[in-house]
Amino acid sequence: MAEQKQNIVEIRHLFKSYRRGSLVVPVLFDITFDIAAGEFLALMGPSGSGKTTLLNLLAGIDKADAGGIRVDGLDITTFSETELAHWRANHVGFIFQFYNLIPVLKAVENLELPLHLTSLSRRERREHAEMALRMMGLDHRMDHYPQELSGGEQQRVAIARAIVTDPTILVADEPTGDLDRVSAEEILAMMERLNGEMGKTIVMVTHDPRAAQRAKILRHLDKGYLTNDDSQNPL
Amino acid sequence: MMILKILFRNAFHSKLRSGLTILGIAVAILAFGLLRMVISSWYAGVEAASTSRLVTRNAISILFTLPLSYNEKIRQHEGVKMVSYGNWFGGIYIDEKNFFPNFCVEPRTYLAIYPEFVLAPAEKKAFLADRKGFVAGRKLVAKHGWKLGDTVTLKGTIYPGNWDFVLRGIYKGRDETTDETQFYFHWDYLNETIKKSSPQRADQVGFYMVAVTRPDLAAEVVLAVDKTFKNSLAETLTETEKAFNQWFIAMSGAIVTAIQMVSFVVIIIIMAVVANTMAMTTRERIGDYAIMKTLGFGSREITILIFGESLVITLTGCLTSMLLTFPAAAAFGHVLETFFPIFIISAETLCLDVLAAILIGCLAALIPTGQAIRIGIADGLRRIG
Ligand SMILES: Nc1ncnc2c1ncn2[C@@H]1O[C@H](COP(=O)(O)OP(=O)(O)OP(=O)(O)O)[C@@H](O)[C@H]1O
Ligand SMILES: [Mg+2]
Repeated sequence: MAEQKQNIVEIRHLFKSYRRGSLVVPVLFDITFDIAAGEFLALMGPSGSGKTTLLNLLAGIDKADAGGIRVDGLDITTFSETELAHWRANHVGFIFQFYNLIPVLKAVENLELPLHLTSLSRRERREHAEMALRMMGLDHRMDHYPQELSGGEQQRVAIARAIVTDPTILVADEPTGDLDRVSAEEILAMMERLNGEMGKTIVMVTHDPRAAQRAKILRHLDKGYLTNDDSQNPL
Repeated sequence: MMILKILFRNAFHSKLRSGLTILGIAVAILAFGLLRMVISSWYAGVEAASTSRLVTRNAISILFTLPLSYNEKIRQHEGVKMVSYGNWFGGIYIDEKNFFPNFCVEPRTYLAIYPEFVLAPAEKKAFLADRKGFVAGRKLVAKHGWKLGDTVTLKGTIYPGNWDFVLRGIYKGRDETTDETQFYFHWDYLNETIKKSSPQRADQVGFYMVAVTRPDLAAEVVLAVDKTFKNSLAETLTETEKAFNQWFIAMSGAIVTAIQMVSFVVIIIIMAVVANTMAMTTRERIGDYAIMKTLGFGSREITILIFGESLVITLTGCLTSMLLTFPAAAAFGHVLETFFPIFIISAETLCLDVLAAILIGCLAALIPTGQAIRIGIADGLRRIG
């Protein structure tokens, strides 16, 4: 009995190609799908199939050749660079394979950084940052620099940074790709909690079938085509 | 602000690289500053020269002399307050590398015309009384450790033989632009000695120093003096002391130009080095910048980060070089004091140092900033890992 959920992301007839000199390399063909609010979606597919490209498009860090992307009712394909930057700061949380923390900032400062683009006061920024780190079980690591943390801890800081601005959607590109099994399990458990307990919409690109199992919905990309429609995860 | 925090920490993140770059900048700016100082010291001699003093020399060349009889004729011109005269002696003290200017002068008039050479009355009296006496500047005396009453021997070059002189007075400069490395003795001593050995060279004067009553009369006196000796055996060329010094400096003008060019080459080289460092640094940070853009920061913040980092490094180097400038200039001035008697760190030099540092910092940041801004976020992120 699938209840009727509101769509938070609507992608319509999306095309994307890269230009290498005079050569045009098509990457995505006529992609159309929706993501419901509160969804946890895993995007799978072989290397080079266009997963990262698709994720970048719906997160507003790359531009499509054609097609529409509506997120929370806004068509982001019509945005200028500046509007996109503003929109990302408010609506998207990013988690990457290599954590991508700023190396010269302490854990807590890495979280305060995106908050500088909000209207929060200095004290509020610090409070929000500390709260998010505490949620990730990093109370004792606030003043550590990234290089003083393990891979798993760095990824937890990165997740904390992604949620500290309370974004509309979370995008994660192979968040466990660089981690050992135990740390990967930890990270996945956290993402499940974010989805389950806090109702965050998550789009996760992954190679790892075990990671994909945690998601509620699976999508497959192959050579730029979305292959199966709306397969419920047989979890 | 967070951006400033990142900027400063970035600048000193790689301690070895930043340290070496800062050291390089410090040395280059120090060299630049010292070279500029050499140039300004060179011209300081000109600036210190008085416009109410004239120098009359042989019109053909400074190497030719004038008869002593001109003394009276020059003095009779209207507007002339006093006349003194002297010869370049060109003696060597022990070794050629001990070079300092030495000449003989008519002592009473010379001391009167050059009030900037301050001499204690007792010493002045002793100097005037001793035909073999000499007076030297404080710096020169200190350098060679002479004491009053010491006998100093100079080896003659223009006038052969060993010449003994007794130190009777040590002069102090009236201010810091006065040359304190000169050595002068009695013209009579030289003249009477050579009268015996080569009488045809006697009663000849290398240059006359002419003090005018008012500076605005200088031009008239110049014309009048040279006119008097027109069509005589030894025609004269008279000019203000300033022009005379300028002429002297113009002879070495090529060297000054070369030094000037070298000082700018130094800046260009260090600019290339810093630009290279900044390009490397920015390439390494392309990922960081991509993340900041992902989070919603824009070109403005990226520009501040790169320019700021570059300027922090160059200005730290500049500050280091300024702190080094004072001891370095002191040491430099000490070694070269006979050539550059007046070696001062001017505010202008320090300003030029800062300007050079800012120029280097900005130019070095320009291209990396352009690259960092132009690269798309997705491309930047792909560089990580
Ligand atoms: N900037 C670019 N210029 C040209 N081609 C590109 C560019 N970025 C990606 N591509 C190409 O687009 C295709 C899709 O790349 P993408 O990174 O989206 O794949 P992916 O599914 O994420 O692969 P992986 O699992 O290896 O991360 C690849 O063939 C890649 O070579
Ligand atoms: Mg990828």
